[in-house]
Amino acid sequence: MPPKAAKPVVSRGFRGRRAADVDPARLPPGQYVTRDFPVLSAGPTPHTSLELWDFSIVGELDEPRKWTWEEFRALPSEEITRDIHCVNKWSKLDTVWRGVSVDTLLEGIETSGGYVTQFSDGGYTTNLPLEDITAGKAWVVFAYGDEPLEPEHGGPARMLVPRHYFWKSAKWIRGLRLHSTDEPGFWETNGYHNYGDPWQEQRYQGD
Amino acid sequence: MAGTAVPGRLSWQLAELAEVVVETPRVKTIVFDVPGWPSHRAGQHVDIRLTAEDGYQAERSFSIASAADGTRVALTVQKIEGGEVSPYLTEELRPGDKIELRGPIGGYFVWEPSERGPLMLVAGGSGIVPLMAMIRTREAAGDDTETVLLYSSRSRDDVIYRDELERLSGNGLAVVHALTDSQPPGWTGYARRVDAEMLAEVGPRPAERPRVYACGPTPFVEAVAEALVRLGHDPLAIKTERFGPTGR
Amino acid sequence: MDELMLDGNAIAGLLQEVFAVEMTTAVGTCGGCGAPGPVGAVHVYRGAGIVLRCPHCGNVLAKIVKGDSRVWIDSTGIRTLEVTV
Repeated sequence: MPPKAAKPVVSRGFRGRRAADVDPARLPPGQYVTRDFPVLSAGPTPHTSLELWDFSIVGELDEPRKWTWEEFRALPSEEITRDIHCVNKWSKLDTVWRGVSVDTLLEGIETSGGYVTQFSDGGYTTNLPLEDITAGKAWVVFAYGDEPLEPEHGGPARMLVPRHYFWKSAKWIRGLRLHSTDEPGFWETNGYHNYGDPWQEQRYQGD
Repeated sequence: MAGTAVPGRLSWQLAELAEVVVETPRVKTIVFDVPGWPSHRAGQHVDIRLTAEDGYQAERSFSIASAADGTRVALTVQKIEGGEVSPYLTEELRPGDKIELRGPIGGYFVWEPSERGPLMLVAGGSGIVPLMAMIRTREAAGDDTETVLLYSSRSRDDVIYRDELERLSGNGLAVVHALTDSQPPGWTGYARRVDAEMLAEVGPRPAERPRVYACGPTPFVEAVAEALVRLGHDPLAIKTERFGPTGR
Repeated sequence: MDELMLDGNAIAGLLQEVFAVEMTTAVGTCGGCGAPGPVGAVHVYRGAGIVLRCPHCGNVLAKIVKGDSRVWIDSTGIRTLEVTV
């Protein structure tokens, strides 16, 4: 019988590529700080031209809304500095973005829906209660640092919902669909937690 | 079969580093002794798991570079600057150190002498590793399958296994290098990226129905596979293995 | 073409862990375009979880999420799977 290593064995001198000197209060349970920005993607990077890009709000509302790229960029935007937490256990502190608050996009909209699905180029979806993307909790961002958002990180525009694991911040966002019932998205239907609160360590179904 | 491990079941086991071989300035071969290793086939890989004191773990796959040889398993690792696992394996790990490993893994990107050929191997950078296992397996078996290796590297200094490839050439094995970024004085070989024209010049004709194995970074493998299909090779006879942007 | 894309070889260990047999030589049929092909040749993306896509039509063949002691597999995009036993 080959020797089985049931419990992980510490590898002498291995500590990975993690930042030291991090205030533990800033880190949700089970997370590690990374300095670089890992690129995760469920499919090929879409390259939608800005002429064809639009952002829409559809579903259960008085009247669907739609902005062209030009109209979207004319909306008031703000700089956002937040920590982000990936379900794959890396966190990145003090990331700086620029984008439009979801509150601005929802202004004047009347809806009976309590749930929202973010939908993206390439078919990705993710769901949240509507109240988790309103009141200053979520943005549609188009810049990272001082640079336009790169396609590999979700450009031209992605969602930023920093209070949830980062799969709840859809890359290549094209709109929001409002529902009266909760509709689990691309990952929520297969293993990942429906709500995804990093501070409760809600990674997987049943956590 | 009493007393043997359950076939197919994959479990982590301890492997002890036995030997380190410097291949190029950025590449080392690390040879492990793995008690109970069930042998492997050329093209298979292993998963490696590293665990830090505080429980942090990192897992990566590495192609096996060696032909089957008892409990010895050689991996060839390219150090990725700013990487997490490859700098540890190439700089920190010392003979006698133990890490966790499981394998052998994979069955699709595999060649055995009994499958014959002609064999066409196309490597980009460290994509040579599983193909070298095929060349070494062919050599160890005394097999004379008609084989051509087209191997793309940035420069002569980046060529992994350079001397061994030179030594093994002949007896049905042809090795052709393409040096994409810089060439030594007097270089008469290819000095550009692999393209359809090069594949046609170097490789067997589609009518010879070669078995093709292409391995390297994703853009390299995509370009090679596309060119081969355009030349008329059977898509089902082209097996590919892509390395991610951070290598393995 | 996407630099981040890998192929079925990259998840051979995970698949063998789950199914206890070598899976990259298994032949799946795409539920989208109907094309058959070995698991080793499918396109693989690493997002929050792992996504297997048809190399011919891009259809999502399967999604795999690995927790600490559980694995979830959504294989609704695969019509049939032929495994050598």
